[in-house]
Amino acid sequence: MTHIAAYATSTGEAFQFWVLGTVAVIGALCTVFMKKAVHSALCLAGTMIVLAVFYLANGAYFLGIVQIVVYTGAIMMLFLFVVMLVGVTAADSLKETIRGQRWLALLCGLGFGILLIAGIGNASLTEFNGLGEANAGGNVEGLAALIFTKYVFAFELTGALLITAAVGAMVLTHRERTERAKTQRELAEQRVREGRQVPPLPAPGVYARHNAVDIAGLLPDGTPSELTVNKTLRERGQIRDVSQDAINDLRALEQRAADRLERRGAVRPAERAEEASK
Amino acid sequence: MENLIALLIAAPLLGAAVLLCGGRRLDAVGHWIGTVLAAASFAVGVVLFTDMLGRSAEERTLTRHLYSWIPVEGFRADVAFHLDQLSMTFVLLISGVGTLIHVYSIGYMEHDERRRRFFGYLNLFLAAMLLLVLADNYLLLYVGWEGVGLASYLLIGFWQHKPSAATAAKKAFLVNRVGDVGLSIAIMLMFTTFGTFAFGPVLAAAGDTGEGKLTAIALMLLLAACGKSAQVPLQSWLGDAMEGPTPVSALIHAATMVTAGVYLIVRSGAIFNAAPDAQLVVTVVGAVTLLFGAVVGCAKDDIKKALAGSTMSQIGYMVLAAGLGPIGYVFAIMHLVTHGFFKAGLFLGAGSVMHGMNDEVDMRRYGGLRKYMPVTFVTFGLGYLAIIGFPGLSGFFSKDKIIEAAFAKGGAEGWILGGAALLGAAITAYYMTRVMLMTFFGEERWRDAPTPSPAESDVEPAAETRGEYTPPHPHESPSSMTIPMIVLAFGSVFAGAFFGIGDRFLHWLEPVTGHAHGHPPVSALTVTLSTVVVLIVGVAIAWAQYGRRPVPAVAPRGSLLTRAARRDLLQDDFNHVVLVRGGEHLTRSLVYVDHTLVDGVVNGTAASVGGLSGRLRKLQNGYARSYAVSMFGGAAVLVAATLLMRAV
Amino acid sequence: MNPVNYLYLAALLFTIGATGVLIRRNAIVVFMCVELMLNACNLALVAFSRLHGNLDGQIIAFFTMVVAAAEVVVGLAIIVSLFRTRHSASVDDAGLMKL
Repeated sequence: MTHIAAYATSTGEAFQFWVLGTVAVIGALCTVFMKKAVHSALCLAGTMIVLAVFYLANGAYFLGIVQIVVYTGAIMMLFLFVVMLVGVTAADSLKETIRGQRWLALLCGLGFGILLIAGIGNASLTEFNGLGEANAGGNVEGLAALIFTKYVFAFELTGALLITAAVGAMVLTHRERTERAKTQRELAEQRVREGRQVPPLPAPGVYARHNAVDIAGLLPDGTPSELTVNKTLRERGQIRDVSQDAINDLRALEQRAADRLERRGAVRPAERAEEASK
Repeated sequence: MENLIALLIAAPLLGAAVLLCGGRRLDAVGHWIGTVLAAASFAVGVVLFTDMLGRSAEERTLTRHLYSWIPVEGFRADVAFHLDQLSMTFVLLISGVGTLIHVYSIGYMEHDERRRRFFGYLNLFLAAMLLLVLADNYLLLYVGWEGVGLASYLLIGFWQHKPSAATAAKKAFLVNRVGDVGLSIAIMLMFTTFGTFAFGPVLAAAGDTGEGKLTAIALMLLLAACGKSAQVPLQSWLGDAMEGPTPVSALIHAATMVTAGVYLIVRSGAIFNAAPDAQLVVTVVGAVTLLFGAVVGCAKDDIKKALAGSTMSQIGYMVLAAGLGPIGYVFAIMHLVTHGFFKAGLFLGAGSVMHGMNDEVDMRRYGGLRKYMPVTFVTFGLGYLAIIGFPGLSGFFSKDKIIEAAFAKGGAEGWILGGAALLGAAITAYYMTRVMLMTFFGEERWRDAPTPSPAESDVEPAAETRGEYTPPHPHESPSSMTIPMIVLAFGSVFAGAFFGIGDRFLHWLEPVTGHAHGHPPVSALTVTLSTVVVLIVGVAIAWAQYGRRPVPAVAPRGSLLTRAARRDLLQDDFNHVVLVRGGEHLTRSLVYVDHTLVDGVVNGTAASVGGLSGRLRKLQNGYARSYAVSMFGGAAVLVAATLLMRAV
Repeated sequence: MNPVNYLYLAALLFTIGATGVLIRRNAIVVFMCVELMLNACNLALVAFSRLHGNLDGQIIAFFTMVVAAAEVVVGLAIIVSLFRTRHSASVDDAGLMKL
């Protein structure tokens, strides 16, 4: 199979190309147009896996595996971690804020794509060499021979580059602690001294009907209390306001209860429920 | 012997340095230092002169190369001196008259607390003037030329506390600058034409050069001469220069510096000889100036300004003679020397009169002074006779030769120039007689308090118009002042005869300047006789106006010409209207052009760039994605260009 | 089938990625689109390798991956620190250079 894939294209490969190619394009489009970063990342991972298959089909066995292991496995996971850290923000809205940007972007993209495809079509490659000879001693061995002979300096440089990148990432994200961390006792004392919120913060969730941390607990008058939501979520503006739903739910619940009571011949409790809802 | 030449200049230069840098501790002896060093220079000059006389006419030229000033490939300026008969004449005149005037100044400036500085300036002037006449190339001459200009400026404005003196100094300096520009252009032209500006090569090569270039050089030299010698049209500064102390007027603005222009023309004779058109201009300038100065001299009531007009007129004679070419050079210099004697004497006499009259300069407030100042009267009188050309005295010999040479020019030009010179002689006789009569004869008008002048007179009435008037007590000046006057009077009387009889001066200078005998259309005797006749006519008219009738203490209104002449024939008005106003208009229009056109282009460019930037700035909206669009668009254009190139 | 089709696919993916960079505001998504573009290039390089019959294209693709890995590390670090200081991952908010 190996050598066939390298020298010629079979019908099977054509079939694979058209099917997986479609998947890849759809994945790419989804990457661009999905609203949430997590979805984008997953779509991109899908596209990358498809590309890995294409690498294999083109005789680049080492790259195909690396694509899956390094790209899809490591880099995309890194992306997911960062998405988790940063969270979903208002920036995820697809609504355009710069006037004309979308049309310009689409125009440029369309023009560029047409030009590229025209250029490739213009090149009119009809025959190709295939990798049979190059891969004769094994793809990995062939690559290794090239990397450690012809491209050895570039390879060494990439080593330096990776080290630099690792150091750079640490420098960028590391925050030096400039003061001693406060002990629990000190924190408690500070809380009492400030006198804003002496007891522990109230828990999120409404009437035990929601257990999500991003839903603010409701105050007795039905308004959501921001105190109940984690600070990070608050800063991201990711509080889900369910006060209106909760009140409606409550009303519906009491309505049902009243209906049940009504069947037993009592009308009064319904009025009482109305008052309670206020 | 050659080494002594440098000493000629070094002595007064040392004096200037010592006196100007020495400070107040030299106040007591400063005037003596200055005088002794000037006399030393004269003594060296005499030694060199006797040495020169001891040699034959061909071997009289001495040169002394001191050092190379600017030794550059293809451009060589040396500090080198050239002493020939012409330079020698000037050296003796400058240092001799200069020494006499130093002596005179000791008395004249006795009460001036800045006397030391005055002597320093005088020495500086001597050094610069000697450098001017001794230089062996035009560049070094230019150094001396500027040096005398500086000294002249400093000395005219010596009484700088008087605004009029300060203004006059500035005026002299500025007008001289115009001439100096001419000289510098002439030197540059010489360098481009001849590749050098040493006298020897330049004058030797002048004959073989194109006439157009020579005419240009000659005209530029003439412009320089006009500036320094107060010739029309750059004459306006000389009258105002009389604001300086009288010895200065005598030395610089009568005897020596103002003759530098004549020296320049005579020295550059070879150039002028080869440029007849320029020569014609020179003669015209000379003729116009001699009449101009004479007419101005007739109308002035200020004794020094009358003499200044006379100076202008006499230099006009010299320039006229110099413009005549080889037939006139010698006579120009001869008149220059005799004029140096009698005009210096006249100025010193005028200074002596002022000294005795509380610095009064208005001749209408003189009169009958011969009784009070006999020495001054006699010396001034001899100078007067010399200048009007009284037969037998200096002026007669020199001026007569010039008139003769003017007629000898030939043709209509000769008649016109000769006629102008003859007319000038008549007017000279008239105005000098007027000065003489108003000053030393007639009533003693200074006894009465001055009355405010109803007529337009440029002489300010004396300050004490209102208070009680104390008439001056005219008295003879001290011997330090009278002795120089006596010496100069001797020169005035005998120099002309000494030079003229037997053509001594002609033989002396001929090896340098060359000489051609002119052939006047009328005989020399006729010219001499007519000169004497016009002289008598001029004196007679003056006597009829000022001798027979009492002179009014207040100037009458006078005719239109008189009033114009009192205002220096409207020279300042002319300059004001043509140069100042014209300059202002030119400047304004240039400013307008600058504002609208030049600034318009500049500002328009700036505004359009600014407007364009303002619009382009909108592209710079700070959104990374917008920049990415332009990058992407650019990439698309590049791909398109590549494809297009391939397709082509 | 002609392997040139892989090039067409690569061009298409590249264009989609580029357009995404221009359209999206979330820095992470923008970054993913950049990765998409890089991958498209890699696909093209691998296809070239096959067309030319040597392994140089694959080598370059390999280097691209290494560089992309380094770039992702630094880029994500920048995004994180940006988010920490500005509480936003929008590329439009990082506009301090604006006049």
